[in-house]
Amino acid sequence: MNFKPKDIGPQLMTVIAVVLVFGFFTYNAQVNMENRGIDFGYGFLSQESSFDVQFSLIEYDGSHSYFRAYLVGLLNTILVSVIGIFFATILGVMVGIARLSPNYLINRFAAFYVEFFRNIPLLLQIFFWYFAALRALPLPQDAEAIFGISFLTIKGLFVPAFIWQNFNIFFYSIVAATIAIIVIRYQAKKLQETQGKQTPVLLISIGLILILPLISFLIGGVRLSFEVPVLKQLATTSFIYEGGVSLPPELIALALSLSLYTATFIAECVRAGIQGISKGQKEAAASIGLTPNQVLKLVVMPQALRIIIPPTTNQYLNLTKNSSLAAAIAYPDLVLVFAGTALMQTGKAIEIVSITMFTYLSLSIAISLFMNWYNNKIAIQEK
Amino acid sequence: MFKYLKQLTSLVAMVAVLFTFTTESMAAKKSKTLKNTQKKGFVRCGVSQGLPGFSNADAAGNWTGVDVDVCRAVAAAVLGDANKVKFTPLSAKERFTALTSGEIDILSRNTTWTLSRDADIGLTFVGVNFYDGQGFMVRKSSGITSTSQFKNGISACTNIGTTTELNMRDFFNSRGISYEPVAFEKADEVVAAYDAGRCDTYTTDKSGLAAQRTKMKNPDEHIVLPETISKEPLGPVVRQGDSVWEDIVRWSLNTMIEAEEYGITSANADMMKTSDNPQIKRLVGAEGEMGAAFGLDNEWNLRIIKQVGNYGESYKRNIADTGILPDRGPNELWTKGGILYVPPSR
Repeated sequence: MNFKPKDIGPQLMTVIAVVLVFGFFTYNAQVNMENRGIDFGYGFLSQESSFDVQFSLIEYDGSHSYFRAYLVGLLNTILVSVIGIFFATILGVMVGIARLSPNYLINRFAAFYVEFFRNIPLLLQIFFWYFAALRALPLPQDAEAIFGISFLTIKGLFVPAFIWQNFNIFFYSIVAATIAIIVIRYQAKKLQETQGKQTPVLLISIGLILILPLISFLIGGVRLSFEVPVLKQLATTSFIYEGGVSLPPELIALALSLSLYTATFIAECVRAGIQGISKGQKEAAASIGLTPNQVLKLVVMPQALRIIIPPTTNQYLNLTKNSSLAAAIAYPDLVLVFAGTALMQTGKAIEIVSITMFTYLSLSIAISLFMNWYNNKIAIQEK
Repeated sequence: MFKYLKQLTSLVAMVAVLFTFTTESMAAKKSKTLKNTQKKGFVRCGVSQGLPGFSNADAAGNWTGVDVDVCRAVAAAVLGDANKVKFTPLSAKERFTALTSGEIDILSRNTTWTLSRDADIGLTFVGVNFYDGQGFMVRKSSGITSTSQFKNGISACTNIGTTTELNMRDFFNSRGISYEPVAFEKADEVVAAYDAGRCDTYTTDKSGLAAQRTKMKNPDEHIVLPETISKEPLGPVVRQGDSVWEDIVRWSLNTMIEAEEYGITSANADMMKTSDNPQIKRLVGAEGEMGAAFGLDNEWNLRIIKQVGNYGESYKRNIADTGILPDRGPNELWTKGGILYVPPSR
């Protein structure tokens, strides 16, 4: 390319303008902070945080550093995002397909669900699930046991903890089963392409993933026992469950509302993707003798995914960013722990907000990169 | 010819601009915040999002409370009208940023005076308008009557971004009790969650507990435990770097407290001008030059007492008569067994 001065001129000026604006903001912040005697620096990250957090995936208490508190918040954000994306995808795909169902009731119900949940602000839904729905849950001492071992109460969901013996052998059996399935799928595909023979891959896969771990139990010495939560009295009318694993109601309410909300958008993406495949494709597939299942699996879905993936990526990004509404209901995510408590205790507003912004940016870019990679993988391979 | 005329006018304009700039900066030297406040015609005051007795808005949007009265006193002093205040409700998390960024000029929001806040984050605390301490509230039915009955696994609801979170950790840690902190951003949500049974105890400043109790479904079902686990001197805060403004806010508060000490009320303030006691006369602007150093007239303190009242009136109106804390406890004058003691206005 060769640039002419009249091309470079405006671009150069834009760059200069952007640099000047940023320069001005930085300078302005510096002057104001100096006037008010505020130091700038990230040294506080290694100081003792001296506040506790309700729920953490890693070992943490107030004697750890602010950086550790940051990690606690980040992991909690990732946790609720992963749970949210998982359930939103399953529910979204189901509802999306249901919206195209010839069954009037299923079809209408799915449409109602989508219109209802996507048109109510997410924050209200979070408040609803946390304050209205969870409040209806019983106190720990009144809770009915679910399957005799789990308890859903206003203080959270208490489930048994797994206690493993020889967990590594069990883990190896799962790895072995996974490798075997990959090999068999590859062989089956080859067999189909060279000889036209079909293998029941799904059945074999299910069999492998069940049988290999079972063998590890029978002859590998793997033992699994449960630690069931036990009711403990704190005072005349206050109780708590001890032992097992407890999921705070804040996490449940947040994951639930994020999933229900985002699923509506994913459902629309899925519906658009399937409707985007011309009828002729399905008819052609059927005319060469494919079963309806094969039509969906081999002809419709591979093409529909190309339409579905890019807008669904947006929804995953939205869900991750929306998880920052956690602060409203005391779920200790990045915003509540780091941009909330840590910011208040240190007063390092610019530093902490910049770190938080950068973190969300990194999370979003990571999700985008992964989804782009997946999208490229399923895109039409031009030969 | 026109060319020169144009240059001449621009020269005159430049000189004029320069001149106004220098005269302005002389006044600005006194206090930039004071100048801006008088130009705007109202005091910008940061308050809580609703804490009965301290800062609370009624259905019509009228703010009342002892924290609100500090801002009203400043408005009476610098603008002559206690109603010329613009209140900005702030969460605990937002409050300091709002002040340091210049969105508000006084933060009067039941804020605890601590070393790190005073020294680190560009703030200056000007005094104490309420001596408080952190306590715990529990349900009566729980049978708990003292914090010594707390057991491992207790869950405690509180606000984020307050000293409460730190004190709570110190308290439970020193007693070796494991606990579940459930921290919300807004006080209303803390109350709702505790009231629903999410937590076994609700912890914040005792005055806050007393005030929030009035918001519960059944206030009588809850009690505040007798123990106080921390010192929480609450007071107004200003930005660092404007010492004149800082003095105005400090002495507006001091005037209210000292007026009570000398028995000057909103009703008798005018009559006190003819008092024999020179200290009383100074407090109502009848003797000395008590306003000049702030760039204010001599009756600034008289206006505070007439329009807002003395500290005792403010306390009675907002905290005692509303049934929040009828007993003044440490917030009684030093002459009556409390610890309210301010330097003399002279």
